[in-house]
Amino acid sequence: MMTRRALLALLAPLLLASCGSGSDLRPLTVVGWGGSSQDAHRQAYWSAFSRTTGIPLREDSWRGGVGVIRTKVMGGDTSWDIVQVETEDLILGCEEGLFERLDWSALGGREAFIPTAVHDCGVGAMLWSYVIGYDGDRIKGAGPRNWADFWDVKRFPGKRGMRKTPKYSLEFALLADGVPPDQVYPTLRTPAGIDRAFRKLDEIKPNVVWWSSISQVPDLLGSGEVVMSVTSPGRLVVANRTEGRHFKLRWDGNIYAVDYWVILANSPRKQEAEQLLRFMTRPENQMRLARFIPTGLTNIEANRRVDPKLKRDTPSDPANMTNALELDADFWVEYGDQLTQRFNAWVAR
Amino acid sequence: MTRRWVSFALIAPLLAFLIVSFIVPVLLMLARAVTDRDLDRTWPASAAALRTWDGEGLPPDALARTVAREMLAAHRAGTLNRVANRLNYDLVGSRSLLYTTADRLAAGAPGETLADLARIDRRWARADIWTVMRHADGPLTSYYLLAALDRRIDTGGHILRVPREQAVFVDIFLRTFKIASLVALFCALLGYPVAYLLASLPRRIANPLLILVLLPFWTSALVRTAAWAVLLQTNGVVNDLLQYMGLVDAPVQLIYNRLGVYVAMTHVLLPFFILPLYGVMKGIDPTAMRAASSLGAPPLLAFLKVYLPQSLPGVAAGAVLVFTLAVGYYVTPALVGGGADQMISASIAFYTSQSLNWGMAAALSLLLLLPLLLMLFAGRTMVRTVPA
Amino acid sequence: MLMAGTRLPLVEFRGVEKRYAGGSAAAVAALDLAIGRGEFLTLLGPSGSGKTTTLMMLAGFETPTAGDIRLGGRSLADRPPHKRNMGVVFQNYALFPHMSVAQNLAFPLRVRGVKGRKAADKVVAALTLVKLDGLGDRRPHALSGGQRQRVALARALIFEPDIVLMDEPLGALDRQLREHLQIEIKRIQRALDLTILYVTHDQGEALALSDRVAVFAGGRMQQVGTPGAIYEHPANAFVAGFVGENNRLAGTLVARQGDRCAIQLAGGQIIRATAADPLLPGDKVVAMIRPEHVQPGAVPPACCSTLEIDVDEFAYHGDHRRIAANVPGAGSLIIRVPVDMAAQRGDRMTIGWCIDHCLAFSASEIEPGKTS
Repeated sequence: MMTRRALLALLAPLLLASCGSGSDLRPLTVVGWGGSSQDAHRQAYWSAFSRTTGIPLREDSWRGGVGVIRTKVMGGDTSWDIVQVETEDLILGCEEGLFERLDWSALGGREAFIPTAVHDCGVGAMLWSYVIGYDGDRIKGAGPRNWADFWDVKRFPGKRGMRKTPKYSLEFALLADGVPPDQVYPTLRTPAGIDRAFRKLDEIKPNVVWWSSISQVPDLLGSGEVVMSVTSPGRLVVANRTEGRHFKLRWDGNIYAVDYWVILANSPRKQEAEQLLRFMTRPENQMRLARFIPTGLTNIEANRRVDPKLKRDTPSDPANMTNALELDADFWVEYGDQLTQRFNAWVAR
Repeated sequence: MTRRWVSFALIAPLLAFLIVSFIVPVLLMLARAVTDRDLDRTWPASAAALRTWDGEGLPPDALARTVAREMLAAHRAGTLNRVANRLNYDLVGSRSLLYTTADRLAAGAPGETLADLARIDRRWARADIWTVMRHADGPLTSYYLLAALDRRIDTGGHILRVPREQAVFVDIFLRTFKIASLVALFCALLGYPVAYLLASLPRRIANPLLILVLLPFWTSALVRTAAWAVLLQTNGVVNDLLQYMGLVDAPVQLIYNRLGVYVAMTHVLLPFFILPLYGVMKGIDPTAMRAASSLGAPPLLAFLKVYLPQSLPGVAAGAVLVFTLAVGYYVTPALVGGGADQMISASIAFYTSQSLNWGMAAALSLLLLLPLLLMLFAGRTMVRTVPA
Repeated sequence: MLMAGTRLPLVEFRGVEKRYAGGSAAAVAALDLAIGRGEFLTLLGPSGSGKTTTLMMLAGFETPTAGDIRLGGRSLADRPPHKRNMGVVFQNYALFPHMSVAQNLAFPLRVRGVKGRKAADKVVAALTLVKLDGLGDRRPHALSGGQRQRVALARALIFEPDIVLMDEPLGALDRQLREHLQIEIKRIQRALDLTILYVTHDQGEALALSDRVAVFAGGRMQQVGTPGAIYEHPANAFVAGFVGENNRLAGTLVARQGDRCAIQLAGGQIIRATAADPLLPGDKVVAMIRPEHVQPGAVPPACCSTLEIDVDEFAYHGDHRRIAANVPGAGSLIIRVPVDMAAQRGDRMTIGWCIDHCLAFSASEIEPGKTS
């Protein structure tokens, strides 16, 4: 730990001078993913929280990656208190001690939440998924129903948009190849299964436009650059509402996962952060979130009481969950490096 | 002598700031490319025992016992992740192997012999996990640098290529340098005439034009990329134009491939080429060209023999700047490129922020940094030989 | 080369005019000028008088808006600078900083296809000509100002141009070096029988070097002639004032007979002068007399005019003394006197001059010269 301590010792005075001393002065800082998701959180939670508690709130946004937090904690940068993270970030960061362990009794107990939303270091913020999206104005009549159709370039000629990561791509390939959802990750844990997924990806590769930011998807679909795409529902639903588009979603075989709220271990405002966490997980508050963004809720009571219409484009609607697959973050923590390396080699060939 | 000390004292605060805030952290980070302290700091006894083991076949029971004890202790202390992740880099699956084994040990399963461990998980009876542990016993390692060059060390200590489907970094490095070189070349081809024009115009006209050159700075990468998508996509403006003019029959793929990368990167990096070149060109005596033509040189020859050589330091500075910035790009290539256009910085970012494999990130950074330093040195030498 | 420069002019400016877009006045107007072979002609004038523009038009870097320039009887109108075969020495020398001295000198040879041994020999000879033997490997920035000037000259000569154009070539040098190089330039011109068009604002330089001097002001050539003619017989008040030192005394013409005239100064004193312009009694005039032509003390009355002055300053100049004096009511005056003469501030003194030496010009004519 010599290295880390030396780094800290060297960096601490500087960072304290630049922002550390401000940490007592700066308000409670919450960090989201920006865009419409952050807007929704502000409207549903943050404004009301400041109004009712009188605690001022500062917002920041990031693009994920637990390394960012590790750097902050190691460097003595205490500018963030509460952050929205993905599952792999949660697992790695919790192991590293970057996050506070949560007091679940104060949050209403572990059993008040859907099981995937519960973790020692984090509580589920929202439930989201990756599905098939296409433009109803371009594919009239029966569109693709599932991943096998997504792969069928004879019936649905044209390019497909896929996220330029092995994560999701390998799972969807196996689903398209007929692997039952509950066998996807066991299959991927074998060398033969990985080879099978890549072979299936080979079939569609010439017809793929790889995207790397979800913000590209509405444009790719809207301009006809691709006829269908892997997408999260939110942006397409918003485009349908605000721009009069006719994007359609196919939920069969979707992959869903939870984003979590974590409190950083070096937060100087832990009590206020816990207060905000409690506020954001209360059923009556969570129900408000569904009004601003199509997302699944993690509080069981909120899920039960929320207007069913608001569930329609979310993983919380049971009708959407045929053949659905929960993202196995443990698998990706363990296989991520190797498969990313192999995927990058494959995608470049 | 005194004057030298005074000038040193004047820059000392900045120097100290740079050393503390930049150079030392960078060096500490780069050191991770060759240091390997996860295992020997978390499991000191096991590391010592691994060093004394000859590495032949399977380890003795004493070593297995030490490993089992320290594994359990680390699990209880919450530090098992360090070893688990480190071993997993080298041998995928080690992470879950360690965690499940530690869970079983915590639940009371015996861990006194190798056979005990093998009863918990058969993989303990295989040589590979032990070899990987022995390679990870620190304090120095060649693992990361070799891996960054698509190489690995086998059980016998030989350096081998990784399997073809895993070999990716050498390709990405070559691709990165190729893209950066070509972007620098395109910037030179497009930027030289612009800089020449700007330098030959009076300042009151040149300054507003310079602001136009700088415009790409002030738009975000996403907005720029979206704009290029509108222009270059299959049903985009450029394709419509090409078809309208009858140059092509069907839309051409202009984006989401290498061409898109070149277009977008050249666009955003062009100012970095034009500005230093403009500065150098402003310093070139305009009467030199007149002198050349009075001496009998036709315009093109005068340009080639008199103006061009004097502007080369600016070209070199611009090219070095563009190249250096270009090798660090990854957002733009990711947004407008295809599958085969990922650049090395994307890998570095992945290991730094996603997977927390900072050893790998450091090794890739080091391999990226060395050619850059060489090039900067070459650029400096070149600039020095052509005094302005 | 032909020695009889007057018979066949090498260069002719015929009705040449240069106007810049947006500029109201012509930079050069109605210029008629011929330069003979082997002649050293200097364009002299203050900055903005059109002399450099004239040189640049001949070199081909500026295009006349009217008129024609001829070289050896052929119009240069469609000939680009690189085909004019004129050696140009620029004010800042315009040496190529990325080439050595030898490479600079070899440049005009190389573009003419002269290479190898022959070119090397010419470079060595050129370096010897300008007394820079052995400095061929230096870069221009490693040379002194005077050395750079010599390189520029050598480079403009090495390809045996028809004419050498020099634009304020000594302007950036200190006085001593300037005078030294003037002699060098003159020596080389004689040795090679060069035709030189020389531009300067330094009248001393112009008089010392030139076969003929053309004085420019306000875009117009005021007078062209030998240095002696320019100095002794200036065509107008501007030339009289610009070339050499001159005292001006403003007054009104009261009488005239032939070219002799009488002028009443503002303070009431009457002086006599030679009328250089057609003047009539009652005209406002300015009388000009050079300091060295003023004689202190008693003067023979036949050819002389006299004037009472008050001594303001009495200064020692080594080989002579100068008196700055006040003409009561009519301004000031400088007089050169022998070094042994004594005077002091406050002395009243009578001075005089030969009438031939005091020239009266119309006062309005002095204005063009002032515009620059």
